[in-house]
Amino acid sequence: MKCRLCGAKAVIQMRQHKLALCKEHFLDWLPVQVERAIQKYRMVSYQERILVAVSGGKDSLSLWDLLHRLGYQADGLHIYTGIDGGRAYASESLQRVERFAAARDLKLHLVNIAEETGYTIPELAARTQRGRGKPCSVCGMIKRHVMNRVARREGYDVLATGHNLDDEVAVLFGNTLSWSVEYLLRQGPVLPAEGGLVRKVKPLCRIYERETAAYAFLRGIDYLREDCPFSSGATSIFYKQLWSQLEHERPGAKLSFYLSFLEARRAGLFAAPETIRAALHPCPSCGQPTSAPDLCAYCRLLERVKAPGAPR
Amino acid sequence: MVKLILNEHEYEARPGMTLREALRRNGILPETVLATRRGELLTEDEILQEGDEIQLISVISGG
Repeated sequence: MKCRLCGAKAVIQMRQHKLALCKEHFLDWLPVQVERAIQKYRMVSYQERILVAVSGGKDSLSLWDLLHRLGYQADGLHIYTGIDGGRAYASESLQRVERFAAARDLKLHLVNIAEETGYTIPELAARTQRGRGKPCSVCGMIKRHVMNRVARREGYDVLATGHNLDDEVAVLFGNTLSWSVEYLLRQGPVLPAEGGLVRKVKPLCRIYERETAAYAFLRGIDYLREDCPFSSGATSIFYKQLWSQLEHERPGAKLSFYLSFLEARRAGLFAAPETIRAALHPCPSCGQPTSAPDLCAYCRLLERVKAPGAPR
Repeated sequence: MVKLILNEHEYEARPGMTLREALRRNGILPETVLATRRGELLTEDEILQEGDEIQLISVISGG
């Protein structure tokens, strides 16, 4: 198979785009697609400061690399979860992120949850009713809390995450199966700033996961290939496998599903958001915005963990 | 014989076969992997050669 642009040997075929490219042209092509998405959805300007959430995986490190190549002011934030899984998962993740940042002389913020709370994320999950057995729900909540706090404290205009098209389709599919209108209303390339929540953007939302993996590989990005030990059996992975079968039979199915959803939402298919959205107010303990009546979920979690009689 | 390796699992294919056919016969969806040989990415029409060792990189991650 030959590169459509130069006739050299292709390294990737993207049937959904009816396009095969060589290494050089693929590495030129992908940043253009990301820049187009950034502009189309008005995610961020070159004057704004971006905080990129980096896990050490292919998507977040590729995103940081892409934003840097495109000329954006993008610093990194890594949250050290303490998840071990018998294979030093958190330490391996941290090493990848630190090496990436050091090699490119990029600024990296580090937050160690155990240093901050006295417990790793699995320990926090085990000490509360929330997410017993699996810490994924606690982990997601803590990460969202920390990302917003660091972004506000350090004066960043926008938070960027490495969610790719397959991530977005898996979430959209799950929310569609249950018709979770509140979540459907909030899913999109941009979550605007609101009541103390920093704007969130997903510049890779139209990029297939296979493309970000190819980009990371071809750019020589040393990312952690192993999944989080707690992701085994995750519903999102099952949905991704289902959608890969669909994509195999109907190239472009994922992109079409996602873009059609965005268009339907823009046209008002999921109406009456004012009846659903809860008002935000500052948490009386930490000052972060929350829709809960009193303490935010993060402070409630810490309060429960530190209460006498909490599970050990 | 051709060896395909994915997440420490080994699969076999016959030389002369395309990568697409080798994946299909082993029940691997091409959309879920990247195929590499000696550090080079391969497209699905690549003809596999005797003794090839194809490293497959899973692209699905999440949780």
